[in-house]
Amino acid sequence: MSFNIKDIGAGLIFIAIGLLFGLGAMNLDLGTPLRMGPGYFPLILAGLLVALGLAIVAYGIGHSATGRLTVPWRGLLLILPAPVVFGLTVRGLGLAPALALVALISAFASRRMSVPLAIALTVGLTVFCVLVFSLGLGLPLRLFGPWLGA
Amino acid sequence: MDLFLNLGLGFETAFSPVNIAFCFIGVLLGTLVGVLPGIGPTATIAMLLPLTLALSPATSLIMLAGIYYGAQYGGSTTAILVNLPGESASAVTAIDGYQMARQGRAGPALAAAALGSFFAGSVATLVLVLFAPPLTAVALEFGPAEYFSLVVLGLISSVALAHGSVLKALAMIVLGLLLGLVGTDIYTGEQRFTLGRLELADGINFVAVAVGVFGIAEILRNLEEEHDRDVAVRHVSGLMPSREDLRRIAAPVLRGTALGSLLGILPGGGHVLASFAAYTVEKKVSRTPERFGKGAIEGVAAPEAANNAGAQTSFIPMLTLGIPANPVMALMIGAMIIQGITPGPNVAIDEPALFWGLIVSMWVGNLLLVVLNLPLIGLWVRMLSIPYYVLFPAILTFSAIGVYSINNNAFDLFAVAVFGLLGYVLVKFECEPAPLLLGFVLGPMLEEHLRRAMIIARGDPLVFLQRPISAVLLGLAALALVIVLMPNVAKKREEVFHEEE
Repeated sequence: MSFNIKDIGAGLIFIAIGLLFGLGAMNLDLGTPLRMGPGYFPLILAGLLVALGLAIVAYGIGHSATGRLTVPWRGLLLILPAPVVFGLTVRGLGLAPALALVALISAFASRRMSVPLAIALTVGLTVFCVLVFSLGLGLPLRLFGPWLGA
Repeated sequence: MDLFLNLGLGFETAFSPVNIAFCFIGVLLGTLVGVLPGIGPTATIAMLLPLTLALSPATSLIMLAGIYYGAQYGGSTTAILVNLPGESASAVTAIDGYQMARQGRAGPALAAAALGSFFAGSVATLVLVLFAPPLTAVALEFGPAEYFSLVVLGLISSVALAHGSVLKALAMIVLGLLLGLVGTDIYTGEQRFTLGRLELADGINFVAVAVGVFGIAEILRNLEEEHDRDVAVRHVSGLMPSREDLRRIAAPVLRGTALGSLLGILPGGGHVLASFAAYTVEKKVSRTPERFGKGAIEGVAAPEAANNAGAQTSFIPMLTLGIPANPVMALMIGAMIIQGITPGPNVAIDEPALFWGLIVSMWVGNLLLVVLNLPLIGLWVRMLSIPYYVLFPAILTFSAIGVYSINNNAFDLFAVAVFGLLGYVLVKFECEPAPLLLGFVLGPMLEEHLRRAMIIARGDPLVFLQRPISAVLLGLAALALVIVLMPNVAKKREEVFHEEE
């Protein structure tokens, strides 16, 4: 039995998201075709998405996959949290430290990064961004926030 | 005549010192980021979009348009010098351009691309001037039923021009439409799919989706395999093409411009098709087709001209109908909405300065590109040697600060991470992200017109088939869908896109 993991994976994602939206739409007022409620159109789309997901899964069964899936764990674990960390710290720590954190965390996503280069890059990027965004464009964000006693 | 009055207004707007300055900055920044390998125009604009939001609407759109041409030209430079096209449209340029670079003729290749693009851009801007007003007039007659069908047609044709599986592209559109509906329902004020988060009441932040799906996912993909870039050329000398080169590229540039102007108007990313078609045409009409693929200057000039003409004319459906022809136009529409402008035929009437200023600035932008790129080529070559692991921390910091600055809202940054992950996983499963972005932008519009049309028709869905224009548009959409699903066409389509890669 051969199957294409890429089709099945994609299909399952679409089915799952379709079901979630479908459930959400059921809790809304559906209305009538004449006066569609907030849930009417989303419910149609959700049904369509589930149907397309099923078709994609069905297509994937019987076709063998081409190419291997490699997961760049290091990248995923360091790149994705970078914007989250910025969001969590920009108010508390202030703009400059939050920027430095983003640069520092994401710098290590590459295996080729060395510690001295990462530090140099962090300092350089932070200074550059502060100059451009804070001083140049006048972004109304505090450079150092209340968590630092500033 | 109205046209001259309008153009005068356009010149006045485009040539105001502020707008010229930001057009210049846009072109410069766009080229700077666009030159970086692996980052296409869509990702470039997504990342730089937040920078423009502090400006006035006209200036910000002029700057965004500048970023677009800059990014496209930067992408061609990369395609020629390192054979790493940033987007599928410049993949064609890479075929002969890279060969020319390896033969020591990088200078003429870059010059041919620049001059071809400039000529095509100028002509296409004229096409835009001539065709935008009548189309706007037609669009103003459209009722909700026609609009609904037009959006459906636009979405379906973006499927036809996407890579890979038709089913997956359709699913990506529907997913985009659903995501676009998150937020407050405009008729009842009810919260939909907001999970109780106040931050979602205005919908998911458009820039966060774009940065996540195009920027973050792109970085993750590039991190999978890090390899050194093979820069064919360290120093570009002898920029000017010879008289012989100029003679060779004259006709191809003309043909490329015509093809590009025509195909660019098509909804669904016609400019990608345009560069590919232009290359094929040149190969067919050439008396020496065997030179193609081995450094034929026609093979650089024609697709570049077509690409740029198409990029220009793809503004026509965006400006007149409010319907994006490609993901870049989706970003422009997103920017308009954030700026408080409702895209559609009313833009030309309510905001004539913006409308005509943007059009004239396109020509200015193209001129700036030529003036800027040829002398600065040394800088672009040096940009190419920056290693990727230095670049992406920079991209991430700019994106983070940019997304945050829109609403001063940490939630938008969580959305960036979520959509980055979703986008990356879907790309890994061979789903193209462009239809998702189109769907996201068009979702609210599609629903609004559907609901309005149904109210007007007293709940009779047949209204979409009874109104002639609407019926024709839906018929075309159905036809497009049937054609791409036909087995032999599907096979041919696969071949085309494979050749393109």
